Amino acid sequence: MHALPIANALERRRAFQSFLGVSPALIAIGLFLIVPILIVIGYSLMEANPYGGVNKVFSSDAYISLLFQRQLDDSLAFADSYLIIALRSIGIAGLTTVITLLIGFPVAVWLAMQPANRRGLLIFLITVPFWANLLIRTYAWILLLRNTGVINNSLMGLGVIDQPLQLLYTDGAVLLGLVYTYAPFVVLPIYATLEKMDIRLLEAAQDLYAGRLRTLRKVVLPIAKPGIIAGAILTFVPCLGAMIAPELLGGGTRMMLGNLIFRQFSDARNWPFGAALSLVLMAAVMLVLTFYALRAERQRIAKGGA
Amino acid sequence: MIGLFKRNTLGVQDFPGFGGFSFLFYLYLYAPIVVLVAFSFNANQSATVWTGFSLDWYRAAFANQALRQAAGNSLLIAVCASMVATAIATLAALGTSRGAKFKGLQLTMGAIMLPLVLPEIVVGVATLALFSTIGLSLGYGNLIIAHTVFCIPFAFLPIRARLNDMDLSLEQASADLYAGPWRTFRKVTLPLLMPGIFSGLMLAFIVSLDNFVISMMVSQAGTTTLPIFIFGLLRMGVTPDVNAVSTLILGVSVLFVTLSYLLGKKKS
Repeated sequence: MHALPIANALERRRAFQSFLGVSPALIAIGLFLIVPILIVIGYSLMEANPYGGVNKVFSSDAYISLLFQRQLDDSLAFADSYLIIALRSIGIAGLTTVITLLIGFPVAVWLAMQPANRRGLLIFLITVPFWANLLIRTYAWILLLRNTGVINNSLMGLGVIDQPLQLLYTDGAVLLGLVYTYAPFVVLPIYATLEKMDIRLLEAAQDLYAGRLRTLRKVVLPIAKPGIIAGAILTFVPCLGAMIAPELLGGGTRMMLGNLIFRQFSDARNWPFGAALSLVLMAAVMLVLTFYALRAERQRIAKGGA
Repeated sequence: MIGLFKRNTLGVQDFPGFGGFSFLFYLYLYAPIVVLVAFSFNANQSATVWTGFSLDWYRAAFANQALRQAAGNSLLIAVCASMVATAIATLAALGTSRGAKFKGLQLTMGAIMLPLVLPEIVVGVATLALFSTIGLSLGYGNLIIAHTVFCIPFAFLPIRARLNDMDLSLEQASADLYAGPWRTFRKVTLPLLMPGIFSGLMLAFIVSLDNFVISMMVSQAGTTTLPIFIFGLLRMGVTPDVNAVSTLILGVSVLFVTLSYLLGKKKS
């Protein structure tokens, strides 16, 4: 009986130490990220200063101009140009996610089937480009895609085409760059779910006369499902706010949300509108992540109950 | 290399075509990088036709005063930000995995991961809004603060992974042998944790060195970082000295990632 209060005191002391440990991180992120987001909310509700920054006067113009344009007579007319950029971003991010999944799944399955001593190196080779500078990796595609680039020069040298193909500054180029950037994000989580898969499951399926395609669909795919969902989110979320690929490979004319936001703080000098756009983007990201977290939580409970 | 992708007998775990497809995938990952590195050694002015081997562009890059300045800025910021972030992340990793569970642990983990989860442009906008509101203009200081924040999760993850893999019984043994908590930490936990800390430090360093979007939002005149400088060059057009600089930066990143990988593999 006497041991209990002492244990409790000890427990409290350890909890306090833990709290001390995490406090610098919480202070840094609170002060330099969470407080700033609150300031962004404030900025989005203020008047734009034409020289950059904001005038500290309340205005809902930033949110109105997301969907409407103010006419000369001060009436509002529906304007879809920003809506189109937002939908484009969602479309490109969605398409990138689908393509990376189609590419990433077979690679992850193949990796998981490799002998354990080879896997480490093969996985490492997939992660190396991820750590290489994104700006430079995207720039490297310009060398391949432009009119006098490696692809056009080779095709013309082989006599396949007479005129260079317009590969750069197209939606296809932006898509290619994004898939290139995020494919490792899909391979790794799928691989992680398959890595510990019991090979005997595959033997069992094939002993029962399931073909390879059927084994893949009925055995491997269900096991990989959590990895597929994680990979899809890891691709879709950053793609929504992508800035470098549309800027370099899309030539700045094929804008996505990230570029539109950046413009508001550089040439356009409309900070409140940029702030409102940032909040819209953040809300979209949070929505996707919350959906994912709820789903994971539901599954945890379902498993715990069984 | 091809040998890695081929097998002689078709086993139960072999899916025909997946090996070939994976080989193409690795080709896709490395082709642009190989082309970039190759053209950085090209003797020709036009950056995309091969005419012969030369180191001219490296000489041109090293002679460029503005470029050296930008590289120096990037290094200074990356060294400061990654060290501060790693110190903060080490404490946080110890707090979230060694101490008792405390209320709000889940929320704390969420907050630490926040810079990783939010789109970079949003983090950039938020940081710019803060600095502009409080009128902070410390030059390098602004960038170091901004970089430290987004480096924290990158340093945190490998350190925490290391802590979770570590054998608790060693720390218990130390306590059984009458070592106090501080002595146990210094003599047992910390040395075992060191590879994780180095791994985190290196990842934070690369992430800081490579960052473009947030730096671009926050940087002021005189604190141009290397990625911002390169972006400026790219806007002017593709020139071969960009290839040389890019190759050097890629080399540094690959070196650090490899070191981090080897340290992470080291058995405790």
